Amino acid sequence: MVDSKHQWKAWLYLSPAIVLLLIFTVWPIFNTIRMSLLEGYTTMREVAGASFNFGIGNFTRVLEYPKFLTCLKNTVLLCVLTVPISTFLALLIAVALNSIKPLQRLLQTVFFMPYVTNSIAIGMVFAAMFNMILGGSARPDSVGIVNNVLEFFGIPYVNWMNAGSEYWANIVVMVVYIVWNALPFKILILLGGLQSVNKQYYEAARVDSTPRWRVFTKITIPLLSPMLAYVIITGFIGGFKEYSSIVGVFGDSMGPVGNDDALNTMVGFIYRAIGNQEGTASAAALILFGIIFVVTMINLYVSKKKTHY
Amino acid sequence: MKVVLQNLTKIFPSRNKKSGEEVVAVNDFTFEIPDGKLIGLLGPSGCGKSTTLYMISGLQKPTAGRLFFGDDDVTELPTEARGVGLVFQNYALYPHMTVKQNILFPLQNLKGADKMTKAEMMERAYQAAKLVQIDNLMERKPSELSGGQQQRVAIARALVKMPRVLLLDEPLSNLDARLRLQTREEIRRIQRETGITTIFVTHDQEEAMSISDMIVVMKLGVLQQIGAPQEVYDDPHNLFVAKFLGTPPINVFEGSVQSGKLIIGDETVLDVPGVADQDVYIGIRPEGFVPEENGALSCQLNSVEVMGRDSSVVSTHSASLNPLVRAIIDSDIKIDLASETVRFSLKPHKVFIFNKETEERIYFEVK
Repeated sequence: MVDSKHQWKAWLYLSPAIVLLLIFTVWPIFNTIRMSLLEGYTTMREVAGASFNFGIGNFTRVLEYPKFLTCLKNTVLLCVLTVPISTFLALLIAVALNSIKPLQRLLQTVFFMPYVTNSIAIGMVFAAMFNMILGGSARPDSVGIVNNVLEFFGIPYVNWMNAGSEYWANIVVMVVYIVWNALPFKILILLGGLQSVNKQYYEAARVDSTPRWRVFTKITIPLLSPMLAYVIITGFIGGFKEYSSIVGVFGDSMGPVGNDDALNTMVGFIYRAIGNQEGTASAAALILFGIIFVVTMINLYVSKKKTHY
Repeated sequence: MKVVLQNLTKIFPSRNKKSGEEVVAVNDFTFEIPDGKLIGLLGPSGCGKSTTLYMISGLQKPTAGRLFFGDDDVTELPTEARGVGLVFQNYALYPHMTVKQNILFPLQNLKGADKMTKAEMMERAYQAAKLVQIDNLMERKPSELSGGQQQRVAIARALVKMPRVLLLDEPLSNLDARLRLQTREEIRRIQRETGITTIFVTHDQEEAMSISDMIVVMKLGVLQQIGAPQEVYDDPHNLFVAKFLGTPPINVFEGSVQSGKLIIGDETVLDVPGVADQDVYIGIRPEGFVPEENGALSCQLNSVEVMGRDSSVVSTHSASLNPLVRAIIDSDIKIDLASETVRFSLKPHKVFIFNKETEERIYFEVK
């Protein structure tokens, strides 16, 4: 404990951090809750001197809003698809990276590249890979490299993301993109975990003539489980906040041409609403918070049962 | 299963390819470990004893030489196929498994004709656990066990598959002094009960001498001497072995041999017939001193430490390489503490002479 005579000093030293936290963290949280509970709140009307009813009208409106439900469905779908796929792939790559000796450093750097690359830029590259550019003739000028690969295997072109493309095709594009974008961080964490595992466990397993697959499932995965839990939990939290990846691929319209907002997410919905309906946006933000909170609690509960030590 | 090492050599290449030199961890070892015995590999750190053990386990590949289990050449056999049990220095128990799962693990790996039913595995696991007296801890995790208990689990895990050879790497180094005494007796007992050829590594000579059937003394990758503990103690082949074995350690003096007489300082202490005139090192075991009024060797008396059964006479001598000369004598013999010097006669079979250059033993006739 600080001596009470000197307590003011402690507060003084803490004050820069406290002031910043109050302005940029505490006040926005408080204000979000306030706005969400004032029905039909907008800043413009508040400035104009209007008064608002206190209640949960914003929340019920958000939940009845079909566009919000589309956003919720898109977000959940992307989360449920990308988190397991990216975790599984990251685990495989991390184990492979850990077991090769030559070029390990170089490959680590290569796998880490997407993490330090701007996600909008990556999105544009992906858009180019899947994009079909239709010229005047019957045959498109470009079909994108993905369709070229499909063609090689004799599979007909798919309209991945252009006007008139189907929802599942759009989702496939997004899943590929998000998984690819999520890999480096997960690989980094899992590789770090693998490298901190005591090599003697593997030597002990060798002495006991343990088959490779059993070493992986009975030793590697359990010893890695705290890292896996971390990667899955942060993956879900990040997944529920998916937004910039869709902007990166589809642009601000959040969907293929002629089908705006088809792939909009919860965060996208909130951004749209911020412009003119702050009350709705705040309510949606709190709903998103609630969902992430519940999912994380479930994750923690499961991981406590499944992870070791 | 007897284990034969034939010209076994391990060279670690240098890390820095340009300037660094390679390290010869184990240099041309040839010896035979008889079936069903407990063998201690003994030496100071860096002597290659652990490397030797890991080569026997197969976790490290020898640079040259052959290794046999019985009549089988296992040099090229991978660890997985050798059927050895290995207890690691820090046990390497799987932290996420219970004791029971840890012990069952090697059995669950068995394939083909060796494959066991669940009931058989369980029976074997409990047998092994009973042998090391941990059958009441089967549901615990390793983190919930004391060091000594973890060590027993590690031994049980190594024993459960009935290994051809059991290897222990510094098995007692993580235990406190009391537990160490108790556990080394346990290792001795378990080895006797199972009859499995057991090789353990230690830097503690007392530990090695107390339980081994045979000790292998090593220094800087070179084999120094092999034999039964008492044999090696009584007949060290060189100064290193003489100094390494025994507590309190042997007293080493500088001296010379002149016309068949051994001379320390300016006193003639012993007849050593048949030894050529030369400068020598003289090692005298602490129990080799007999206090006598007209003894040949005189030392400056420091103190007498009484230990009950016997006492330790601490003195100094200008020719001694150790700062103190320590003699262990029967406590019935009284030493006059007031006198400044103490005179000793020497027991000839407790006195060893070593060549000053090679530090090899020079033998003389004991009358």
